[in-house]
Amino acid sequence: MLEIRDLHASVGEKPILRGIDIAVPDGEIHAIMGPNGSGKSTLAYVLSGREDFAVTEGSVTFDGADLLTMAPEERAQAGLFLAFQAPVELPGVGNANFLRTALNAIRRARGEAEMDAATFLKLARAEAKRLHMPDDMLKRNVNVGFSGGEKKRNEVLQMAILRPRLAILDETDSGLDIDALRIVGDGVNALRSEKFSALVITHHQRLLDHIVPDRVHVLANGRILRSGGPDLARALEAQGYAQVIAEAA
Amino acid sequence: MNAPLAGTSAASFLARYDGLADRLPGARAPREAAAAILREAGLPGPRNEAWKYTSLRALSDIVFHEALTEAGDHPAPVALPHLGPLADAPRLVFSAGRFRADLSILPEPIRFRRFADVPDVAATGGADRLLALNTLLAEDGAVLDVAPGTDGGILLLIHLGSDLNGAPASFHPHHVLRLGADAALTLVEIAAGSGTYLHNPVIDIDLAKGARLAHLRLQADSTQAFHLGAVRATIAEDAAYDGFSLVTGARLARSEIHARLTGPRAHAALNAAQVLRGRQHADFTTIVSHDAPHGTSRQTVKNVLDDHARGVFQGKIEVARGAQKTDGYQMNQALLLSPDAEIDSKPQLEIFADDVKCSHGATVGALDEDQLFYLTSRGIPKPEASGMLVRAFLGEALALVQHDGARALFEETLQAWWQAAAP
Repeated sequence: MLEIRDLHASVGEKPILRGIDIAVPDGEIHAIMGPNGSGKSTLAYVLSGREDFAVTEGSVTFDGADLLTMAPEERAQAGLFLAFQAPVELPGVGNANFLRTALNAIRRARGEAEMDAATFLKLARAEAKRLHMPDDMLKRNVNVGFSGGEKKRNEVLQMAILRPRLAILDETDSGLDIDALRIVGDGVNALRSEKFSALVITHHQRLLDHIVPDRVHVLANGRILRSGGPDLARALEAQGYAQVIAEAA
Repeated sequence: MNAPLAGTSAASFLARYDGLADRLPGARAPREAAAAILREAGLPGPRNEAWKYTSLRALSDIVFHEALTEAGDHPAPVALPHLGPLADAPRLVFSAGRFRADLSILPEPIRFRRFADVPDVAATGGADRLLALNTLLAEDGAVLDVAPGTDGGILLLIHLGSDLNGAPASFHPHHVLRLGADAALTLVEIAAGSGTYLHNPVIDIDLAKGARLAHLRLQADSTQAFHLGAVRATIAEDAAYDGFSLVTGARLARSEIHARLTGPRAHAALNAAQVLRGRQHADFTTIVSHDAPHGTSRQTVKNVLDDHARGVFQGKIEVARGAQKTDGYQMNQALLLSPDAEIDSKPQLEIFADDVKCSHGATVGALDEDQLFYLTSRGIPKPEASGMLVRAFLGEALALVQHDGARALFEETLQAWWQAAAP
């Protein structure tokens, strides 16, 4: 599904990613854990096409296609979704209008018919309800005046509606209380299928109690130091990153 | 007829006046006074502080032909502009400066007469040369009266501009609108056209005590045209002038609004959105004169500027000595879509009362990269994403338009404007 090979990326002159190799097969969920400044968010941004980062070496293929030559909207249309660590506020843009515009842009790109407003609203309301979001979050401006938890849930709502092939969750757990964490976990688990993969980027193991990963990768200094099963996340939580990084060195 | 006018700047207009003077309707004295002003000073130039950002030089390169032609029994067919949800509303249509009964739907509750039929409507241009140009050559216009206590509903005032068989034309309509005490009206002014022409309308507005006017304007003149317009509004006690202008047209536009609050608790809103591209230049200049206490004025002016377009906003608030408890607010925001676009903003406060609240602010920026990335990361193509952000930027100003049909027409106009640029 997703194949990252020897990926190097930098901001200006500063290298951030220094040779990443990850392969996420169809239907699998992989976790990427690592300390602050290890390059986790850079990886998320590079995969979703943010222009601030220059890819200097390596390749990324998405369903066999060269992801790195695609514009951000083309990546989304191909089925990539990034749940932002800091979701952006859009004053003056209604949440429902935003979501429907996005959904229809993707449907259009895939040669599917656009969804009318009434059908969309029914879908959006049902998904919002499953995420325990009040209806008025669809009426409000995108992320404006949302609490930290509401913003994260709004990301999961978008993911639920856009139905990506691959979701990248960039520290979606940060700022969430225990209940919200469970709701977000349920939201991701509901999408689990042969046709859905995810990269879950997190500091902590606790989100991984709800979203049990198939593989765990430890990222530090722009490189994957170790990869393993779900047990690796628990080992990290028990021993700390320093120990794992030292062992790998 | 249709004789080319020699010369440049005011000289060509004065020559035309000399040729037409005997045939122009109404009193001659105000026209002679206007001619004297223009002979003495010419059209405003760069040395005039009020015209620092807007040059009329491009105007002087063009020889305008006179547009004084009787519509006759077989008026030339012209297409009305897109009216959207207002297609069935009462309307007065002027084509090339002349009233067109065949295209109009007369308003029931409003008394309508033509400029030429109301001899006492003599323009008083004062020393203002933009007004003097209109006074000099005004031939037609609507004189509208809404009786006290009457709700006039909605009325469209449509100006269709065009050249004269390929030759540049100029027209100078003069409209008068009077609302009696506690009368109400929504006036939607729409200017549209094709080809090269000068559109120089003046509208005099008088709101009696407690009257309420929503004055909604769409200036979508031809992008080869010049638009030099002025609104003079006198607002009495407890009366409200609620103005909104959407500007998408003309290669060079200057729109002035002079609002005078003469009675206590009068209110004026002079909101605007200017949306320009190419080498368009649009200047929105306002003067709000608070002459009486407890007056309020509000201005939200937004500019969206692409390519080499240039927007100008000059907003002056004058508070007279006796106008205590005046509350004036002015905000000017510009969104520059291109590094070559330019906004010039000049707020001016002249306050002679000691107990007033007046504030102004200005912001200039480009589209937010984080917001653009967020939208595109959801699959929305960049042009559409930019359009959503432009629409969001203008939303605050559009939301001030109370009339649903007019607001919908403005929304449709903006949508079409944006799509016209899409690759």
